[in-house]
This record gives sequence, C-alpha cells and structure tokens, in this order.
Amino acid sequence: MAGFLIKRLLQAIFVVIAITLVVSFAIRLTGDPAVTMFQGGGAMTEADLARIRAALGTDQPFIVQYLHFLKGLVTLDLGRSFTGGTSVSLLIGEALPATLLLAFISMAVSVVLSIPLGIKAATSKGKGADQIIRIFSLVGLSFPNFWLATMLVLLFSITLGWLPPSGMSGAASYVMPAITMGIILTATNVRLVRTSMLETLQSQYIMVARAKGLSETKVLYKHALRNCAIPLITYFGLQFGGLLGGIVVIERVFNWPGLGTLAFDAVGARDYPVLQAVITVLSLLIVGINLLVDIAYGLVDPRIRTE
Amino acid sequence: MNISAGTNAPLLSIKDLSVRFGPDRVVEDLSFSVKAGRTLAVVGESGSGKSVTSLSVMRLADMMGAHFETGSILFNDTDLLKASQKQMRLIRGKEIAMIFQEPMTSLNPVFTIGDQICEVLLLHENISKAAATAEARHLLDMVRLPDSEQLLKRYPHQLSGGMRQRVMIAMALACRPKLLIADEPTTALDVTIQAQILNIMRDLQRDFGMGMIFITHDMGVVAEMADDVVVMWKGRKVEEGPVREIFANPQHPYTRALLSAVPRLGSLTGEDFPKRMPLTVLDGDTQTIVGEERVQDTARYDLPPVVSVKDLFVRFDIRKNILGKATHRCSAVSKVSFDIHPGETLALVGESGSGKSTIGRTIQQLQTSLSGEISFNGKSYLNMSAAERFRMRQEVQYIFQDPFASLDPRKKVGFSVAEPINTHQLIDGSKAVRRRVHELLERVGLTSAHADRYPHEFSGGQRQRVCIARALASNPKLIIADEALSALDVSIQAQIINLFMDLQAERGLAYLFISHDMAVVEKMSHRVAVLYLGQIMEMGSRRQVFETPKHDYTRRLLSAVPVADPTAERNTDLIEGDIPNPVHRVGDEPAILSHDEPNPGHFVATASARKSAPIFGKHDA
Repeated sequence: MAGFLIKRLLQAIFVVIAITLVVSFAIRLTGDPAVTMFQGGGAMTEADLARIRAALGTDQPFIVQYLHFLKGLVTLDLGRSFTGGTSVSLLIGEALPATLLLAFISMAVSVVLSIPLGIKAATSKGKGADQIIRIFSLVGLSFPNFWLATMLVLLFSITLGWLPPSGMSGAASYVMPAITMGIILTATNVRLVRTSMLETLQSQYIMVARAKGLSETKVLYKHALRNCAIPLITYFGLQFGGLLGGIVVIERVFNWPGLGTLAFDAVGARDYPVLQAVITVLSLLIVGINLLVDIAYGLVDPRIRTE
Repeated sequence: MNISAGTNAPLLSIKDLSVRFGPDRVVEDLSFSVKAGRTLAVVGESGSGKSVTSLSVMRLADMMGAHFETGSILFNDTDLLKASQKQMRLIRGKEIAMIFQEPMTSLNPVFTIGDQICEVLLLHENISKAAATAEARHLLDMVRLPDSEQLLKRYPHQLSGGMRQRVMIAMALACRPKLLIADEPTTALDVTIQAQILNIMRDLQRDFGMGMIFITHDMGVVAEMADDVVVMWKGRKVEEGPVREIFANPQHPYTRALLSAVPRLGSLTGEDFPKRMPLTVLDGDTQTIVGEERVQDTARYDLPPVVSVKDLFVRFDIRKNILGKATHRCSAVSKVSFDIHPGETLALVGESGSGKSTIGRTIQQLQTSLSGEISFNGKSYLNMSAAERFRMRQEVQYIFQDPFASLDPRKKVGFSVAEPINTHQLIDGSKAVRRRVHELLERVGLTSAHADRYPHEFSGGQRQRVCIARALASNPKLIIADEALSALDVSIQAQIINLFMDLQAERGLAYLFISHDMAVVEKMSHRVAVLYLGQIMEMGSRRQVFETPKHDYTRRLLSAVPVADPTAERNTDLIEGDIPNPVHRVGDEPAILSHDEPNPGHFVATASARKSAPIFGKHDA
C-alpha cells in the first residue's frame, strides 16, 4: 500500500507540472495582461505598460515566472489576482466549495436515479420498461446542457417563479443546476448500469443466489450490484473529473460562483495567477479522485484487495 | 438422520412436462420420479433438455423465459408449476437445493465463504448470526474441508475449484434439503478431485436420506452414483430403469449408441497399439455400425523424430516486488524431455497446473522457455533463421479445446480454413485455394457448402472439424491437440477420435495429444507421458503406463477415473488431497526428479536426493 501511494504521489506531481506548464505557456501566447487592463482606460505609454508588466512580474522570462509559480505552490502562497489584487488562495477558497458541492449533488442525483433505473432496464430487457428507459436516456443524451438549463430557468423561474434563476443563495438555488447536470449524467449512466448489470446477471452465482431462495431485490441489490460496481466506479470517477472541468457552462448559465466562473473570467483578463491556480486545483482533484477510485476497487472487490 | 432408503411414495414426481423457450420446445412429455434416499441420474448429451428440466423443478427456468406448456411437478403433494415465485422462494434452498456445474463461478466473488453459507441459513432457519456461523463451520467440516474456521473468512478466489465445489455442497446442504439437484457437479473438475467430490456426495446423501437428481453426460459417473437412470435425447425421455439394467441391457437404440461411444478405461488391455474402432451411429431410430476396425500401427520409430524436446524449463513470474524483481514464480515445466516420431501419438496427461498445455504452447513458439532445447526435424529452434521458424509454424499446427473461441465469429469458416494456406503462400490463385478448402472440409466430414457459413451456424462437433480442417490446411507434420475433445459429447468425441486416427494413417501425422481424460488417451495414443506439477512422473508406451503403472501418481489418476460399469468395485482409497499450487517463492524451487528405466522405454520418476519433501499426499490447506 505504501509503495502504491508513493507511486501515486509521484504521478500527481508529474501531472500537475505537465498541465500547469502547458496551460501557463499557452495563456501567455494569447495576449498581454497589461494591455488588457488598460483597455478603455484612455491613452497609455510604452513606459506605463512596462511599469505594469514589472509590477505583475510578466516582464520576466517565462521560465522564471513559472518557477516563481511553482515556488508559490510549495509555500502555498499563490500570489494575487491581476484584476483587483485579491489573494488567489482566497478566491479559490470561495469558489472551490461552490463547485464541489454542485458537482457532488449532481453526481448524487445521477447515481440515485441511474442505478435503480439501469437495473430495472436490465431486468426487463426488451420489454416496455426497458424501452421507455432507453428512449428517455437517448433524449437526455441529445439535449445540450445549456439548452436544458435555459428551458428550466424559463419554466421554473420566469413562468412559475418557484426557483431563483441564478446565483448561489440557499437550498432552492441548488435545485436547477443540480437537476440539469444530474439528468444529463443519468442519461449516460443508466445505459452503463444496464449493460453492466445484464452481464453480471448472466453469472452463475446469480443463479445460485436465486436457488438459495433469496428475493429478487436481494439478488439484484446485494449479489449483482456489488459485482458490477467496478466498471461503474471507474466510469463515475472519470465522469466526476470531467464534471469539474465541464461544469463551466452550467456555472455560466446559472451564474454560479464556482471554479468554472473564476476560470472563465481569468482567461478573459489574462489573469495568470488565478488561472494557473484553478487549473492546478482541478488537476489535483482529478488525481485525487482517481486515487479514491483505486481505493474503492479494493473495498468492493476482495480479489483486488488481497492481491 | 439415517433414513432407510426407498420409502414408497415418491418425493418428487414429474408428469408430462413440456417446456418451451420462444418457439422451441426443449422438453417434451417428460415424466419421472425420485424417491427419498435414492439417486436418479438424468443422462444425455448437450441439448437433450436435462438442465432445463432441473431448472424447471426449481422454477428458475422462469427467469430464462421458459413456458411450461403441459404437465406437473409434484413435490410433497404441491404442484411446483402452480406455485408462485414467492412460494418457491420458501422451497428453494430449504426443501430443494441445487449444485451447479461451474464451481469457479458459482460463488459470489465479493462475499466471504462464511457470509455465503450463513446467508442461506439466516434466510430459512430462525437462528442467530452466531449460531449460523457455528453451523457453517460444521458444514465445512462435513464436506471435509480443513481449517473450517479460517475458511469462513476467505473469499472464493483464494480457493481451488475442488474446494469451491465442496463449499457449494456445504451451502446446498445447509438447510438439510429433502431433494438435492446436482447439475454436472464434477464436470469441470480434475479426475482425482472428481472422485473425492463424488465420495462426499454419496456419503452425505446416505447420511441425510436425501433424494438426489444427478444430471450428467458422463456414463462413468452415472455408473458410480446412480440407483436409477433416465436417458434423455432431444428433449424426450428415451429410456428409464435401474442403473444395472440400463448398462447391462439397454433397450433404446440411442442408449446403446451412447454406451458404445463411451471410452472405457482398460478397453485396450493386452493390445500393443491403439485401435480405430467402428462406431454405432443412430440414424433416426435405426442404428448402423460404420467404419472399419484397424490397428493403428502408424508410428515410424525407424525415422528420426519430428520433434525432440530436451530438458525443457518454463517459468512464469507471478509476483514482483516494487523494483520489478520476481518474488514468486510458477514452475510450469521442469526438465521435460521427449521425442515424437512421424505417425506417432504422444499423449501428455495430467491435471490442472501440470504444465501440459504450456509444453504444447512452447513447442508452437507461443511461449518462450527458460532453458532447454526443442528441435524440429533435427534442427534446434535456437539455430533456426527467422524464415525457418516461420516455416516451422506451418508444419506444427495447434487445435484448441474450445472450437468456438478459436474461430473468428465474423469470418466465414472458408476464410479461416484458407488463412494458413494464404499466410504460408502454399497455393497460388484464389480458385485453387477455394478448391483446396473444399477438399479439406470434405475430408473432415463436412461439405464444401459449409465454407460459406459462419461459426455460429455449426454445432460444437462440426466446429471442431473446421478447426481440424484449418490445421490440416498447411500440410503439417505435427498437430498439437490441446484438450481438443474435452468439450465434445461422447458420440461426437468418438467420431473425432476416428478422424484423428484416419488422418494419421493417411498422412503419417504426428500428434501431441494433451488431455486430462485417461480413457480417451488410452484409445488414441502410442506413448503416454504423465505430468504432475510440470515434471514427467512416468513415460512409456500406452501399454506400459496403463497396464503396469509404476508411479503412485499414475495409479492415483487411473483409479480416480469413473468406470462405466455399475457392477465394478470402486477403489478410491488412494485419492486424497488437493492438487498443490505450482507457484513458489524464488529460491524455493521444487526438487527436480530424476528418472529410472525399469523396462526399455518406460521411465519412472524417482524421489530426488536433493530435497526430500514429499510432493504427493495431503496438500489441502
């Protein structure tokens, strides 16, 4: 186990360095933050720009800037935002919980919906329930998420006035973003659960469980579900990682103060410190999730645990 | 608990049962009954409806989409066909229990043995978790598993196939069912393990006074286990009677054909050579004898060997430490030497983990060896150029156990058969290739029209014929047949054995025949090598090994084979213990045995002087 963790740690360091290097380099190709800052601010001289560059540190060679960023990572001092001068750590500290919470709730919605629906579809393969579930899944897959989000806002906020259209303010504000994400995820997951369940149900031990006299609920939810957990955990883990990156669209639609919004604004302003920090946090999260997935394998499958 | 066998009222009686799946009727008008304390064997080949019958009794066939068109299944005066699934759940596992064929997949891999046995006890008996655990332990002792307390906490993958099947039996017997249905419970096991499981089942059935339905395709097992026999063919019962009657005086032509096809150990006693025997074939209801009897005196010992294996070692790294250095290895093959001459069949027999398939794969260059020399036509692999090695692949062909898995399901069989011809550019022109493919298919008993079909359109026996045709396509000198007959029904098996022998007589083919089935080996082979844990225990002519076995392990193997004769005396005392694991720590290699030669050509392993640890005996742990 210790060897495994060390390997994973080294891997995480490598991943963070590789990603931040690419992102930091690429963002610097897209424009000069000093120029961006002055936009609409009247006349500026070359000297003004140089002064701003010196203040931001962007006059240094790229490699120096990057090493400075790495040093900041190690000392946990991520610097200040180019726009507004707020501490980057503070910005992340505010945005991260908002994103994580939304992602967790969406994921939970999808797991709670897709497992029973997937099992129902598998056990009624080819029959009515299966057809209906599969059609809904296809419809869900075909919706662009921003379209669904806009429709929900129109219906529940504008027409019915039940839910706040945007922002993060109390439990009610979570409902629509979470449902939008949850439904889109469920559409994929239900198919995955169905396929993986169909395969597991072919196993001899399912027949043995039935031959013991167990009820169908026990056979499905105790004996079968844990055996199809491995592919599901793998996929859910990947999906959660993807969710954190992809949540930006939903955050924009619902004006959610999360990492996505933060990153989006940072790209526009060429706000290097914020952008680098967001990307680093996201990649660490994804590496962390993969680690959790690996640990979860061992928990559900003794064949992996006892190796 | 000892109830005297044979009270008059039947425990279970099936009347006029017909089962339909979609448009296909797989069981028709089936009737039979089982009494308490008796064992009824239901015998038949694949597709005879025997498994569907047993699943129908459990009403598990419902989940597979079965429709019960007619009939009744009376158990304790209840018609199981009229019972609801809810009522059935009270009967399943409690009154009627079932053991399945595949011990490797019958236990749920994510729960401990203890949990799985306790589950059934807690479900049907009104007892506490602690009492259930105690009972589970008792059950494991009953099926003669050592260290039952430890075993309760272990997971299925940590157990061998034989141990898992005992756990299955323990689980099935947990609630002391009145009827036990065993569906091919030993088919997937090695013979010595099979003998042990059969002994346990026989003893427990007697102790509990259970009725038992024993489903099998193996007439040897029937002879050993059954009181009564029902023979099924194409969904119908064709014959029924006490076991001795069925064997001594079979009435129905199908039963006679089935019995005549069963390879019997000792059938060639006194013969120097294997014999090609005529077959009893059933055409409709009339049986005809086809083929000739011929002594298979094809081995050309005067010619140099086709293949010569000298001091072959093969090792697999099983576990590695953090630096990638092996800490555990499997000694798959250790110091194995043999020659195969043109026209000769050398059989490699042994149980799982004996290394027999590894030897075959190494000869075919599908596996690299650690050391040792393999020469083909007198030339060592090591000295061969790449072109020579390629040519050698043409002259050595492999036939696998599972004919379905070894044919590409998306290609017509004609393509598969033509592939070796095209790969080795043996014939030019697609017309000529096609002609050759048709010729080959006809030679193995198929028609040229079969070339345009896909593998799923064939039966198991036909698919194996296709594989043989493909092997023949490159004009090989040696065919390695790795359990090539094991997945086939006996009647098909007998036909394929004859095909193998005919091809050998015609073309002077040499065979390396890898098998666990002693009776088939006796029918086919000129010489036999018995393998155990990667080493040759005994090697000699078929007659030497089968008639005067010198090594304990050979005798063990021979005595474990079920004899298809209910009047024969059983002697299974020799058989004890599980097959040990060939995996060992690096530095803790098993001792290499040396060989004596008591008679010319007859080699027997002697205990090694280097390490005196006995390698036979009780290894259950």
